[in-house]
Amino acid sequence: MITKKTDAPAMREDDLKIFVKGTEHFFKLVTKITAEVSMPFIKESSDHVMNEFSAIIGISGKHRGCVYYTAPREMIGELMGHFGETDRSDELLMDCVGEIANTISGNAREQLGPGFMISVPVVIRGKAEDIRFPKDAPAFVIPITWNGYRSSLILCLKSGEREIPAFDLGSLED
Amino acid sequence: MKLLIVDDSNIIRRHIQREIGEGNHEIRMAADGVEALKVFDEFHPEIVTMDITMPNMDGLSCVEAILRRNADTRILVISALADRGTAVEAVKRGATGFLLKPFTSETLATEISELFID
Repeated sequence: MITKKTDAPAMREDDLKIFVKGTEHFFKLVTKITAEVSMPFIKESSDHVMNEFSAIIGISGKHRGCVYYTAPREMIGELMGHFGETDRSDELLMDCVGEIANTISGNAREQLGPGFMISVPVVIRGKAEDIRFPKDAPAFVIPITWNGYRSSLILCLKSGEREIPAFDLGSLED
Repeated sequence: MKLLIVDDSNIIRRHIQREIGEGNHEIRMAADGVEALKVFDEFHPEIVTMDITMPNMDGLSCVEAILRRNADTRILVISALADRGTAVEAVKRGATGFLLKPFTSETLATEISELFID
């Protein structure tokens, strides 16, 4: 349950649950290790949640905003091992964090439908504490603990203003 | 057998490549739809694995473009887009199958082996 109130017309608790379940599913299926998801909270400017590798997925359509996934280097490196990967270059670490964000966001369409349009990921290396979040919606932080590492999924979304056709190729492009 | 792996994620391309195994197969890779068509035209693969959400040209448009070049190509779409409509659309456009990300090695092996049988 989200305890802090906000005036923004952002996400409902049911929407958050979709991403919590999607995150748990991703880690369990890929690694066979359960990820523990803690109570989501609304990020304040004083909260430092960004890690060394972060990926941003732009969302358009029925929702607008961004989905962020941020994780430490060591965690991404271990996770890559579950893809059979032995190379730990920064290029592949960045690729991996982008793929996690893309997969969790794309999977949310099972419940949110094709109107939840996702972009290709943009990946940032280095603690992006000065990253700008959209101002017109609160940023919900979903803390994830996996294999002793702490990462976060951050949802900064609000309802869009237009309905989207059942299938719109624009949703598939950057 | 000639295979083309198309995905904007290098991790996923390499993962699929390892799972298929070089063995008796010749494998090429591409990071988006435009690159995939270039590789397709010179390599002429019989089997393609295709992501959907990619820069430059999305996977479903690329499926159509490939099938216009060779209608016998078997294409497995591998995507995280989990709404039912996307899978239906992929098949409508001519894909042989649809595999949802994330996937296990076992499910990938099953889907790939079905492409070889067809």
